[in-house]
Amino acid sequence: MTNELRIANGKVYDPANNIDGEVRDICVKDGRIVDSVSDSATVINAHGNIVMPGGVDIHCHIAGPKVNLARKLQPEDHRLDPHPATEHTRSGTGGIVPSTFATGYRYATLGYTTAFDAAVPPLAARHVLEELHDTPVIDKGYYILLGNNIFLQNLIKEGRKEELTQAVAWWLHASKGYTCKLVNPGGDEPWKGRKNSNVKDIDEKSDEFEISPRTIIDTFIDVASELGLPHPPHVHCNNLGHSGNFETTIETMKTAGDRRVHIAHIQFNSYAGEVGKNPLSAGREIIEYINDHPNISCDVGQVMFGKSTIMTADAPLAYMLKGYTHAKWVNVDTECESGCGIAPFNYQENIYTHALQWAIGLEIFLLSKDPWRVVLSTDHPNGGSFMSYPKLIKLLMDKSFRDEEMKRVNQKAMAKTFLGELDREYTLSEIAIITRAGPAKCLGLKNKGHLGIGADADITIYDEQDDKELMFNAPRYVIKSGHAVIADYEFTTDFYGKTLHSTQEYDPAIEDIIRPFFDDYYSIRFDNYAVSDAYLHDHEFIPAQKS
Amino acid sequence: MSENIKTVESATCTFCGCVCDDMDLTIDMDEKKITKAKNACILGKAWFFEHTIDHDRPKAMIDGKEVPVEDAIEEAAQTLTKAKFPITYGLSDTTCEAQKEAVAITDLIKGCIDTTTSVCHGPSGMAFQGVGESTMTLGEVKNRADLVIYWGGNPAESHPRHFGRYSVMPKGMFVPNGKKDRHIVMVDVRKTKSAGVCDQFIQPKPGKDFELLWALRALVKGKKVSKDIEKITGVSLQTIEELVDRMKNCRFGVLFFGMGLTMTRGRHFNSGALLSLASDLNEFTHFVAKPVRGHGNVTGADNVVSWQTGYPFGVNFSHGFPRFNPGEFTTVDVLSRGDADAAMIIASDPASNFPKAAIDHMHRIPIISLDTKQTVTSKLAHVAFATSTYGINTTGTVYRMDDVPITLRPAFESPFPSDQEILVGIRKRVHELVKEKRNIQSGASA
Repeated sequence: MTNELRIANGKVYDPANNIDGEVRDICVKDGRIVDSVSDSATVINAHGNIVMPGGVDIHCHIAGPKVNLARKLQPEDHRLDPHPATEHTRSGTGGIVPSTFATGYRYATLGYTTAFDAAVPPLAARHVLEELHDTPVIDKGYYILLGNNIFLQNLIKEGRKEELTQAVAWWLHASKGYTCKLVNPGGDEPWKGRKNSNVKDIDEKSDEFEISPRTIIDTFIDVASELGLPHPPHVHCNNLGHSGNFETTIETMKTAGDRRVHIAHIQFNSYAGEVGKNPLSAGREIIEYINDHPNISCDVGQVMFGKSTIMTADAPLAYMLKGYTHAKWVNVDTECESGCGIAPFNYQENIYTHALQWAIGLEIFLLSKDPWRVVLSTDHPNGGSFMSYPKLIKLLMDKSFRDEEMKRVNQKAMAKTFLGELDREYTLSEIAIITRAGPAKCLGLKNKGHLGIGADADITIYDEQDDKELMFNAPRYVIKSGHAVIADYEFTTDFYGKTLHSTQEYDPAIEDIIRPFFDDYYSIRFDNYAVSDAYLHDHEFIPAQKS
Repeated sequence: MSENIKTVESATCTFCGCVCDDMDLTIDMDEKKITKAKNACILGKAWFFEHTIDHDRPKAMIDGKEVPVEDAIEEAAQTLTKAKFPITYGLSDTTCEAQKEAVAITDLIKGCIDTTTSVCHGPSGMAFQGVGESTMTLGEVKNRADLVIYWGGNPAESHPRHFGRYSVMPKGMFVPNGKKDRHIVMVDVRKTKSAGVCDQFIQPKPGKDFELLWALRALVKGKKVSKDIEKITGVSLQTIEELVDRMKNCRFGVLFFGMGLTMTRGRHFNSGALLSLASDLNEFTHFVAKPVRGHGNVTGADNVVSWQTGYPFGVNFSHGFPRFNPGEFTTVDVLSRGDADAAMIIASDPASNFPKAAIDHMHRIPIISLDTKQTVTSKLAHVAFATSTYGINTTGTVYRMDDVPITLRPAFESPFPSDQEILVGIRKRVHELVKEKRNIQSGASA
């Protein structure tokens, strides 16, 4: 039996197909967009509505050990934000780190239908897949942390490039990951070692492995290109969060030359000023470099005021923030692979640094010349909850609202930025780019982020409203894979999305090289490490995209 | 022994929280018996060798009489749906897949879900919520730890391979000589078998763990501690100072702690003091802490309940969403107060070890039990299911005490269904019944 749907007379924003507010019909058959459907198709009258592809979150933290620890850590936060069950949906708890069910449903209530967790230690991939299975509605995938993988660092040190490429392919295959994530590359060993220190310069070589972050980044960019990963290395730069770090960020981007790289939550890497002192904005320097270099993409990592949770594989960063908050703190070292730090945080309007961070993110958005490469994120829950996306969209679309908000925040910080001088207001089409078409393109997801023939039928229908925060907060319809999960603002069914992965083929000979390392240094057997396909449930393999 | 022999390599032992995954099992497939379990410890060997299929045991019983499994599922679903305050408890000795079903059922029936965590490391979970935790996977201890301190536990007898596989003996990346590169300290009120393995044994007075931990914290922070501390804790100031010195000057230190800390006077304050001590020490060196957890998959139960509800144990759904309040929604408390009017007990035997008031109430209410062996609880159950054993008969996911998930490699099939299969059946039927109930109610109100 076919499942046909016609969305009639909506005002369609589909920037990937150059459709900018044109009134037209969108047809859906068996979960895909088609050019026409039969007369018996279900019809949604979308007259007076805005029709967009489903949102795609390129960088968030929604599943896995660090997320679950952050959930357990904050019962006080859940208590204030219960998420009741409905006739169709499971119950849960919200707050800054919602339970799995609440996460999926709440993404849907914003019109988002795809999200990628940005930092998974491969040892925990099985756990991540289990949680993602319980995260309804959305399609999901994850990036695996390889920038501090000791086995791979040894190969880099020894210059064994071919074996390194095979080993990365094996790791992606074993963990069902989507691409490589580099977090504070080279920084874990000094953190776990005697001094609890960190690498402070992109060219600083670690004592143990005698390689620098620049070498690691450079090597992974090559490997990702060699393997044709749909998304290039997703880099959380060194020195994140420190004053003066924009130079490290520029150097990281220069390392790529004209090769593709994605810089994660770049706002946190755009600070001028002296180390250890109050930051200044280097938003302009950073965005100008990106504007001039089409090989670079980034997500912004906008700070939104209110509760957040620092949740990062950059463990020394979380420890530094613990020094400010004096509150509870979690550190988790994952053998041979990664570190992790968690700390509840609260961004406050009256604090200089927080207000400056807020302004820097907005500066980057407003000075971006190519929205396809500077996409929306809050690095949920680090810069703020994904639930604050509608407010962020309003800040970008409404200069007068932005001006009002600027009056409420630390004025010393505002005096150090040029945010007030920026008159740009994003259009609906540009919003559709930074929340849908852009991230999908950066991710190499050919069936997402647009409404062309053959695309996944992930569609959001909003009432057209002047207040864009209200509009993006409550879609009238959310259609996932052709199913109207939300209809007339209410959940009508439960739906489980699929896992998106780029599992690679690899030369099996690499297993004989990796296995002895496992025998010596891991605490689980090599044969028990790779995640079986059974954990993927519904899934889609995103093929290599070699240029 | 028959000729029909099968081997399973890299199988996982689910007896204790170590969840060692290097078992090489030899199985007599005719006898349905594991005959060799290479690498297993004494507890693991007992777990594997003593596992037999009791063909005489009915798969399902209602009030002690054998019934078809489908009838028992129907009765269980009816009982749970009719109850006003049902409780689900246990879950440590089963797979995450089964645990997920148990939470789903409890969400549907608006009951309470609680795990054996509430009677073991529940206080550690509450301490975690208060102060956080600096921790690690066990491989980090193997590779890096040059100072290992055990506090309030006896791993030599409760987790026999903990020393050999993870913490004391193994040679690691930065401790190439194994035990020679490490200093091992045992802090316990009793000199157990474990003390023999250690370089140093410290014996505080019973119930004085908190005071001793607080003195250590004070010294780490550079505060003065009076010599009277010896009178209070039974440990001399010099010993405490020397330990602090050793902690601050190690390269990678670890504090393992057991129920000798969590279930003695002070409970989560004790765990909180220890977790804070480990966190404090990061000002000087790298230091981590880890509860040495018991049953095979109790850590998985914590994880599943946390990701599905936001809280790790003692969760109540009566308002239609999860609420957390240990002491109110934890099973001993719910039963002792006489609140629950039905209980589903999965893979645990509270009737043999709970306080009398709680057990008395279990006799007054309908119990649904799922267990691999006959237990005191299954004997008093209104509906009793005999299920297969995870790791021996069924696959699934199990979390080691350090939150590392592992897939099980079963040895041979069982005629009994898995916990997951039974729970899926109950969940589906409960879902239908809840829907019917809702329709009747909305019809009546219309």
